[in-house]
Amino acid sequence: MDSSTDPIANPWGARTPYAPGTPWPVRTDMHLAEGAREEDVERWVRSASLLHSNGDALDIAVRDGRIVGVRGRAVDRVNRGRLGPKDLFGWQANHAPDRLTRPLVRQHGRLVETDWDTAMDRIASRTRTLLDERGPGAVGFYTTGQLFLEEYYTLAVLAHVGIRTNHLDGNTRLCTATAAEALKETFGSDGQPGSYEDIDHADTIALFGHNVAETQTVLWMRILDRLEGSDPPRLLCVDPRYTPVARRADVHLAPRPGTNVALLNALLHEIIRTGRIDRAFLDAHTVGFDELASRVERCTSKWAAGICDVPAAQIEQAAELLGGARRLLSTVLQGVYQSHQASAAAVQVNNLHLVRGMLGRPGCGLLQMNGQPTAENTRECGANGDLPGFRNWQNDQHVAELAEIWNVEPDAIPHYGPPTHAMQIFRYAEQGSLGMLWITGTNPAVSLPELARIRSILAQERLFVVVQDLFLTETAQLADVVLPAATWGEKTGTFTNTDRTVHLSEKAVEPPGEARADLDIFLDFAARMDFRDKDGGPLIGWRDPQGAFAAWQRCSAGRPCDYTGLSYDKLRQGSGIQWPCTEDVPDGTARLYTDGITYAHPDACESYGKDMVTGATVTPVEYRSLNPDGKAVIKAAEYLPPHEDASREYPLQLITGRTVYHFHTRTKTGRAPELNAAAPDVWAEISPAEAAAQGLSDGDLVQVTTPRGALRARLRTTAIRDGVVFVPFHYGYWDTPEGHRPPDGTPGRAANETTITDWDPLSKQPLFKTAAARMTLVARRDAGQGGGADGTDTAGSTA
Amino acid sequence: MSGIGITLRTLHDGERELEQNLLAAAERHRVEHEVHHVATDVARWSREHATRLAALGRDHGLDLPGPRDHPSPGAFAALREKTSEVLGRRPETGLLLLHDLRDLHLAAARNSLHWEMLAQAAQATRDRDLLDLVSSCHPQTLRQMRWTNTMIKVLSPQLLVSA
Repeated sequence: MDSSTDPIANPWGARTPYAPGTPWPVRTDMHLAEGAREEDVERWVRSASLLHSNGDALDIAVRDGRIVGVRGRAVDRVNRGRLGPKDLFGWQANHAPDRLTRPLVRQHGRLVETDWDTAMDRIASRTRTLLDERGPGAVGFYTTGQLFLEEYYTLAVLAHVGIRTNHLDGNTRLCTATAAEALKETFGSDGQPGSYEDIDHADTIALFGHNVAETQTVLWMRILDRLEGSDPPRLLCVDPRYTPVARRADVHLAPRPGTNVALLNALLHEIIRTGRIDRAFLDAHTVGFDELASRVERCTSKWAAGICDVPAAQIEQAAELLGGARRLLSTVLQGVYQSHQASAAAVQVNNLHLVRGMLGRPGCGLLQMNGQPTAENTRECGANGDLPGFRNWQNDQHVAELAEIWNVEPDAIPHYGPPTHAMQIFRYAEQGSLGMLWITGTNPAVSLPELARIRSILAQERLFVVVQDLFLTETAQLADVVLPAATWGEKTGTFTNTDRTVHLSEKAVEPPGEARADLDIFLDFAARMDFRDKDGGPLIGWRDPQGAFAAWQRCSAGRPCDYTGLSYDKLRQGSGIQWPCTEDVPDGTARLYTDGITYAHPDACESYGKDMVTGATVTPVEYRSLNPDGKAVIKAAEYLPPHEDASREYPLQLITGRTVYHFHTRTKTGRAPELNAAAPDVWAEISPAEAAAQGLSDGDLVQVTTPRGALRARLRTTAIRDGVVFVPFHYGYWDTPEGHRPPDGTPGRAANETTITDWDPLSKQPLFKTAAARMTLVARRDAGQGGGADGTDTAGSTA
Repeated sequence: MSGIGITLRTLHDGERELEQNLLAAAERHRVEHEVHHVATDVARWSREHATRLAALGRDHGLDLPGPRDHPSPGAFAALREKTSEVLGRRPETGLLLLHDLRDLHLAAARNSLHWEMLAQAAQATRDRDLLDLVSSCHPQTLRQMRWTNTMIKVLSPQLLVSA
């Protein structure tokens, strides 16, 4: 393959340039297993991509009962046929020889194979004991952003009403919690305002902490195609790394980590100072502008330059770009969401659009992005702990609606406080009041901060840990019961991408061995627990995906995420459709807020908001007096210095992030040969100047140490900001001799050995981009510790 | 000393003390990460209040010292942190956390009422400087109260029922 068509060498493929306002041309990408030809494929089964949040529509190629490849679906609005490297190669993990095929239970300290009845009985009996002895607060669930809608909704009903626990969250807490929180703060309710089509119309695109080239390759292809076409948009990139996005940007700001609010306040200051505000829009659709204007009055570019260490002139250039835009699209991701003051910063991007009146029109879009493929469903179904359908736990009417839908008494639904977020669930497990944690489709023993602490929590004798997954992950190795789950391609269900596009993903092949769909596992548990409604009927009356989807449709009716106009058949006939989709809007809805703000009214909103510094909840009375007519709320935020900053002992700032070739903890991508070979091991990046100052060179084995712990990695110098070290977060231990932890006496390779246990007080998203670190030399490149390689390769780097 | 002067002094001392108590709670509950970090953040407000009250106090003929120097993270602080980590695995310490949050809330409420008194006196005497100070500081005291109240609301069910 030449590099223009090799999706590893060039993840974005060939260009199909297009002009503003014209449709994005089709480009159909396909990959079939070696030896398989398109004409040999027996069936093409409808699905979408599962290893990032973009929702690329694809069809799964099946031959002889096995998946043999994938092909992008040209008619779909999201990708118009294109696929990224993880879409093209990731499916091979389905057939990995080490898939779990039987349940495991711990006996005399070891996990041994058993049958489903034994495993499920053990879970049900432990649950009953805990409920009897200690109540629902002793039971917690930690799920993912990778199951299907039907599974999340079932889990949410099971946990909220069956168990009646408040301890339910997803690992979406790590990737998308701030997106949801920022939307709630500004618009009263979750729900992505913009649409991917806004890329087709925008004259200015601003990416805040969003390395889209690696996180959503197909979305970057769309931007690249605009950049190559006539009348291209101007690009603003805010990122401390010199990413592929930064390379194409008209203005690239590389602020110090932990200073986003200062930077955004200065941008708002400049826009207000230069009179680039839309007064009519502000008057008609917002409250709170005066407070913002006074809050940012002293936030000059010079002031921010001192905090962010970015030249004031560059901040002014960026403000000029934003202020001069006629059709502005902004996107936000982990550079904001996983940083200090995450929600406060994400809200300021919302404010930028409100102040400029850039909302609800083609090209005037706001995309608070997600990280994971089905994170949107985790949010809307309430598997992140929120009440399903973006309902408000502080609004008794909303709780009464749910009680009616589920046929239970309102006080059977815990709504006396906000849901317990993941980090707090782990704290309760550490402190001893949580006795059981059921983990589905995620790997906290690699993905949560401060891994030594997480391992010690999961390993406690007093905590009963259930892990439901495809493989014996690092986390599964610490479990008491392991349940083998079916995955994408082996079960049917729907899921929804970042811009609210719903896709149907159908079963293409049988799961291996005795592995079961997550939905079937939850239904089995519900049956064993015999959960009942108030009339003695079964609490969960559905038995299959379509039944779960119908139940969810009823729950979603009249809410922002209304699915009532969708059906499996409809999704089979066309392709992806954006919610809300109802009888009145049968083709779905491209943009929210085309005619004012719809779900911010005190009676309708999902949240009354939180304090921008402390996260304290705003009361219904306060919200009603602040925003009686349900407009967008402009919330100002003061800049606070990060909780852990560089010091003499730890002179660097550590940030973690992804590579384009991997997903989460490599559970699937590490088992896809092309992806694994493209980025086989961890590395650490610093700037050439920083390396020179410390006497380090490319390929040296270095140790990155923070107050929590250390990791070892090969050094790469890149055009990152001086003073910052970057480490990819994907690498754990399942493919090392120790299995789930670092070797004795030697630092490991997981980035999260070093990260800090701290989170945004509003969204509760952990901070993976604000820690102080130092880097020391372990061995020179030529000291022969690189396992044969000279350690200077750049595999996995695109930055 | 005038009533305003006495109230300024009382509030100054109250803010000074609240800063210290917030920082002490942050250390004591180091394993309660959100309490630890946010208590440290909102302690900054009390510090700023004490500084500004001391400055304004001079105009009222008062000699107020302002906030205390930060103690170096010495043996005592380190001991408290260590204790926090050891006790962090025991459910009983949950009650201690709730009681600390309650005391912080009550201290902030006390300060809030003194801000209220000063606001009224400032309007009665048309004292613009005092009114400006109250307008910029009092909202932060109210935010300290809402935060402690929220934390108590969130933590109580678990720490009182499931422990």
